[in-house]
Amino acid sequence: MAQVILFLQQLLNGLSLGSIYALIALGYTMVYGVLRFINFAHGDVYMLGAYAGFAITNVIYRFVPLDQYNAISRHTFVPIFVCTAIVMLGAMIFCAILGMSIERIAYRPLRDRPRLTVLITAIGVSLFLQNMTQFFVGAQPQAFKQLIPVRAIEGLGDLTVLSSQAAIIISTIVLMVFLRLIVMKTKIGLAMRALSVNPTACSLMGVNNGLVISFTFALGSALAAAAGILVAMDSPSITPLMGNLPGIKAFVAAVLGGIGNIPGAVVGGLVIGVLETMVEGYGFPQLRDAIAFGVLIIILLYKPTGLLGRVEREKV
Amino acid sequence: MSRARTILGIFLLFLFLFALTGERPFASHLAYYYDILINIGINVILAVSLNLVNGYTGQFSLGHAGFMAVGAYAAGSWSEHLSPGLVNFLAGSNGVLTFVLQPFPFLQPFAFPTAVADNLALIVATMFGGLLAALAGLAVGIPSLRLRGDYLAIVTLGFGEIIRTLILNIDFLGAARGMSVTGRYTNMFWTFGFAAVAIYVVLGLVNSTYGRGFLTVRDDEVAAEAMGINTTKYKVIAFVVGAFFAGTAGSLFAHYAGFLTPEGFNFFKSVDVVVMVILGGMGSTTGVILAAALLTILPEVLRALAHTDFVPAAQKAIEGVIPIHLPPLQGLLENRLILYSLLLIIMMLTRPQGLFGDLAGSRKRVTSSASK
Repeated sequence: MAQVILFLQQLLNGLSLGSIYALIALGYTMVYGVLRFINFAHGDVYMLGAYAGFAITNVIYRFVPLDQYNAISRHTFVPIFVCTAIVMLGAMIFCAILGMSIERIAYRPLRDRPRLTVLITAIGVSLFLQNMTQFFVGAQPQAFKQLIPVRAIEGLGDLTVLSSQAAIIISTIVLMVFLRLIVMKTKIGLAMRALSVNPTACSLMGVNNGLVISFTFALGSALAAAAGILVAMDSPSITPLMGNLPGIKAFVAAVLGGIGNIPGAVVGGLVIGVLETMVEGYGFPQLRDAIAFGVLIIILLYKPTGLLGRVEREKV
Repeated sequence: MSRARTILGIFLLFLFLFALTGERPFASHLAYYYDILINIGINVILAVSLNLVNGYTGQFSLGHAGFMAVGAYAAGSWSEHLSPGLVNFLAGSNGVLTFVLQPFPFLQPFAFPTAVADNLALIVATMFGGLLAALAGLAVGIPSLRLRGDYLAIVTLGFGEIIRTLILNIDFLGAARGMSVTGRYTNMFWTFGFAAVAIYVVLGLVNSTYGRGFLTVRDDEVAAEAMGINTTKYKVIAFVVGAFFAGTAGSLFAHYAGFLTPEGFNFFKSVDVVVMVILGGMGSTTGVILAAALLTILPEVLRALAHTDFVPAAQKAIEGVIPIHLPPLQGLLENRLILYSLLLIIMMLTRPQGLFGDLAGSRKRVTSSASK
C-alpha cells in the first residue's frame, strides 16, 4: 500500500511539474506550427513572465498584504483568487506584448532566410533578454511574495497535495480549455490552423499572415507567463537564468508530442514531467536534467514525428 | 598546400625562437598582454575547429565547451596523476633521457631536464586531452548527427550540459570544488603552435576530397545523399576533428589557468565560440581567426572603458533626461554576453555571412544556400 501511495505521490508531483512544461511547450509548438522554427527565446519569455508577476505582486502588497492569510478558507478565498488572477492576467498581457515585439523586431525581417539564421537570431534574443534582466534586477535570486498560502490539502489520507500544486493543475486545465476554444472555435484560430497547413494558400484566401503570426506569439507568450507565475507560486525564488532548463525541457516535450501539434505538446509536457519526477524519486536525482535530452535523442532517432505528429515529407 | 606548409614552418620557427628568447621577459613584464595573447591563441583554436563543424559542414553545434571541458579535465588529470611518474621515468636524474644523452655531452645543454620535461608533459597531456575529446565527439556525433538543423543544436547543447553535469558529479575531478592543475606549462609556442596546426589541418581537410564532402553536406544534404555521399560519415569526421581541437584548446587552457571549474565550460562558453564563428563568417577561416582575436580583445577594452570617468558622467546625463534610476551602467559594458547577443542579432539581420565573409570568397556559397 505504501508503495502505491508513493507511486501516486510521484505521479501527482510529476503531473504538476509536467503542467508547467506543457504550458511552455504550447508556445514552442504553436510557433513551430505557423513559422517552422524553434523560438529559442521562449524560455526567457517564461522567465520574464515570472518577473512581471513579481513586480505586480509587490504593487498588490501595498494594498493587500496577502501573507496575512494562513490558509484558504471561505473568507480568504475571494481576495486570494482575485489578486492571483490580477497578477496572472497582468503578466500574461505583458508577455503577450513582449512576444509580439520580439517577433516584430527580430524574426519578421528574417522571414525568408534559412532556418539557421533565424535560430541564431533566436539564441541572440534569448541571451539578450537574460542579460538585460540581469542588468536591471541583478543576478541574485529574488523571493516571489506569497500569492496563495502553500499548505497541504486536508482529507486526502497519506497523499500530500499542496495547494500550489492544485493551483498549477487547475490553472493549466482552465488555460488549456481556453486555448482549445480559441484555436477551434474562433476565426483567428481557424486562420492559425490554416497557416500551419499552407502559408501561401492561406494568404491567398485573404488571411493576414503577419497578424496571425503575431497573435500566435502573443498566445504562446501569455501561456509561458502563466507558467512562470505558477512555478513561482510553488518555489518562490526567481532568477534571470530560470528559463534555460525549463525552456529546453519544454521544447523536448513539444518534440515528444509531435512538434506543431497542440494536444501533443500537452501530452509531451506531462510525460516529461512524470518521467523526471519518477527518475528523481526512484533513486537517480543527478540524472534528472539529463532525462529530457535522452528522450529527445531517442524520439528523434526512432519516431521523429513524435507521439501525435503527422508525417511530413521533405521535398527537394 | 606547399605554400601553406612553408608559412606554417616559418611561423613555428619564429614562435620557437621567440619562446627561447623574448617570451619569458615578455610574460613577466607585460603579464596582462601576455594573458590576452594566450587567450587569443586558445580562442583561435576553438573558433577554427568549431568553424569546421558549424561553418564548413553546416552542422550547428552548441556544445563546443563540452568538448573543451573533456580535453581540459582529461589533460589536467593526466598531468596531476599520471604524468609526474612518466616524466620522472624519462627525464628524471636517473631517467631514460639522461641515460641516452650521456655519451653526447654537446647535446646536454639542449636537454636541461625541466624544460624538456615540461614541454613533453604538455604535449603528451594535450594529445591525451584531444584524443579523449575526439572520442567524446565520436560518442556524441554518431547518434546525434543524423539529426538536422535546430534539433542538432539542441542535442549538442544538451550534451554540453550533460558533460558539465557529469564533471560536477565526479569527485575524482573535483566536482563543484574545481580541480587545480599544478603544471602551468602552456606558453606562446604551444598555444600558437597548436593554433597553427588546427588552421593547417582544417584548411587541409576543407581543400581535400573531404572538404567537398563537408561543403555538399552543408549546401544540400538531400542532394548529397541522393548522389550517394555518406553524409553521416562526413558530419562525424568534421565533428570528431572539431572535438579533438576543442580538447587540445581545453588542455592548453588547463595548463595555463592552473584551475578548472565546471562552470567555466557552461553553455555561455559555447556561445562565445559560436559568436566568434558567426562574426567571422561561417565557413571563412580567415574571418573566424580575426573574429576570435577581436572578441578576445573587445571585452578587455570594454572593461577598461567601464572604469573611466565617462561612464558615471553618461549615467548622470541619462538619468537627468529620463527620471528613472538605472543600475550602474558599468554592468552593461562588463557583461560580454550583452554585447554578444546584440552582435548575434545585428549580424543575422544585416550581414548573415559574417564580417569577413567576403574576404574568403564564401559569400557566394552563403547567399546561394540562403536563396534556397
